[in-house]
Amino acid sequence: MKKRLLLNKIVLMLSTFSALIGLAFLFWILGTLMVKGLSTMHWDIFTNDLVQGGIRNLLIGQFIMALMATAFAVPLGMMAGIYLREYSNNNKLAMIVRNLSDVMMSAPSIVIGVFVYAIYVDKVGHFGGWGGVIALTIMMIPIIVSTTDNMLSLVPKEFREAGIALGGSKHKIIMQIVVKAAKVGLTTGILLSFARVVGETAPLLFTSANNQFLTFNLNDQFPSLTVSIYNLATYPDQASKDLAWAASFVLTVIVLVINLGGRYITRNKD
Amino acid sequence: MANKDIMRAEDFSFTYPGAPAPTLKHINMPIEKNKITALIGPSGCGKSTLLRAFNRIHDLYPGLVYDGKILLADKDGKMENILDLHKEDQLVKLRQRVGMIFQKPTPFPMSIYDNVAYGLRLSGVNAKSELDGRVEKALKGAAIWEETKDRLSDSAMGMSGGQQQRLCIARAVALKPDVLLFDEPTSALDPISTGAIEELIAELKEEVSVAIVTHNMQQASRLSDYTAFMYLGDLIEFDKTKKIFTDPSEKLTEDYITGRFG
Repeated sequence: MKKRLLLNKIVLMLSTFSALIGLAFLFWILGTLMVKGLSTMHWDIFTNDLVQGGIRNLLIGQFIMALMATAFAVPLGMMAGIYLREYSNNNKLAMIVRNLSDVMMSAPSIVIGVFVYAIYVDKVGHFGGWGGVIALTIMMIPIIVSTTDNMLSLVPKEFREAGIALGGSKHKIIMQIVVKAAKVGLTTGILLSFARVVGETAPLLFTSANNQFLTFNLNDQFPSLTVSIYNLATYPDQASKDLAWAASFVLTVIVLVINLGGRYITRNKD
Repeated sequence: MANKDIMRAEDFSFTYPGAPAPTLKHINMPIEKNKITALIGPSGCGKSTLLRAFNRIHDLYPGLVYDGKILLADKDGKMENILDLHKEDQLVKLRQRVGMIFQKPTPFPMSIYDNVAYGLRLSGVNAKSELDGRVEKALKGAAIWEETKDRLSDSAMGMSGGQQQRLCIARAVALKPDVLLFDEPTSALDPISTGAIEELIAELKEEVSVAIVTHNMQQASRLSDYTAFMYLGDLIEFDKTKKIFTDPSEKLTEDYITGRFG
């Protein structure tokens, strides 16, 4: 056999093997979660709060914090993204902001948690929902900035020129045509970044901390699904461990559904 | 002579940002009222650059340098230099008077009706009855009313390329501009759509003055009253289309239209 054909076979085999290893671990994780999660699931965990061995308050708390973070991060991040793509003309400031934003995106989330602890929790003197919201917002902003920046760059420049040629002012064309043309991508980006922060633990550990009861007061310690999983998994009793598995399973399903939803929207955009 | 022209470039030069030399050099050229003026020349000669200066669409991008004058006649025939306009609302008004059609059809991601109404709404027309009337008139003017009247609320993205381009023309016509600039409007279209667009442009000159950039010399000779031949940023020859295509004064023009280069 010719040498290059042999080489081709070897590379193909190696890369297939690597892909299989990756997939194997993924299914191992999902499989374990399914088995342990489903065997410990009861419908009444959705109607009880943590204090009664359920996760109702945890789900509500986790969603409130993630949704509040989305409400802050989306307008801020989108405006920054619009500045970068539409107004900055790639000047120095834009290059700095883009790079910083990329660095922020890969910052370890525990660091963001510590930061919010130092600037907020430590100052007000107690854990609270607002701390969690701030930490998740900080995590989310760079993702939204980069999504907006990228999605707007996919809108052909002819759209902008055609709008301007019809007698539109720049800001109207951007808001009414360019953003609209990028709507699908932007929606997907927001969904995916929501899915990303809704499953975070580290930024919440010492900001929102956790609460056994249902509360809507963001100045209180706030119920968190992820922090609870972290706590429950380390308790010695079997009931807590079982609840941690069930909660992990529920969280995974939620994140998976949001992710698949985002992809589904993108695929059906035409 | 002067009041036959709706627009006129006088000693006009143009330099792209960072470019070492001007892309257009001392251009003198009229766009005559209710006539079609074609701009021809090999790729890179500056014909699109010149066209895009007539409504200052270049200003979307920073750092470019205009030199000389581009004049636009108002209702009384008084000429105003559009290069003196600096405020955004002045430029907005200019572009309402001098519209543009691009090579690639650019319908916006909205309904057919809203596409045509978009420019009207921007210019301050908001009454439903007036919008309805003007949208219908514009679509009829662009010879696309029959195909679209039953699906005005459908997305414009679902139309064929030729229909999209006629929609873009309708959108521009709706504003009742004085001048329409066409930047290779048919080069992305099939021959049948091209024929329809050419027919439409020929009809349009009753209402507006037209300048059209084209790579297709048959198109220039079929369609236009005047032709400008450009080469490497210079206007080599400007004359009646018939003269350019049968008896050009310049050797370079003759070489180009007979296909010896370009």
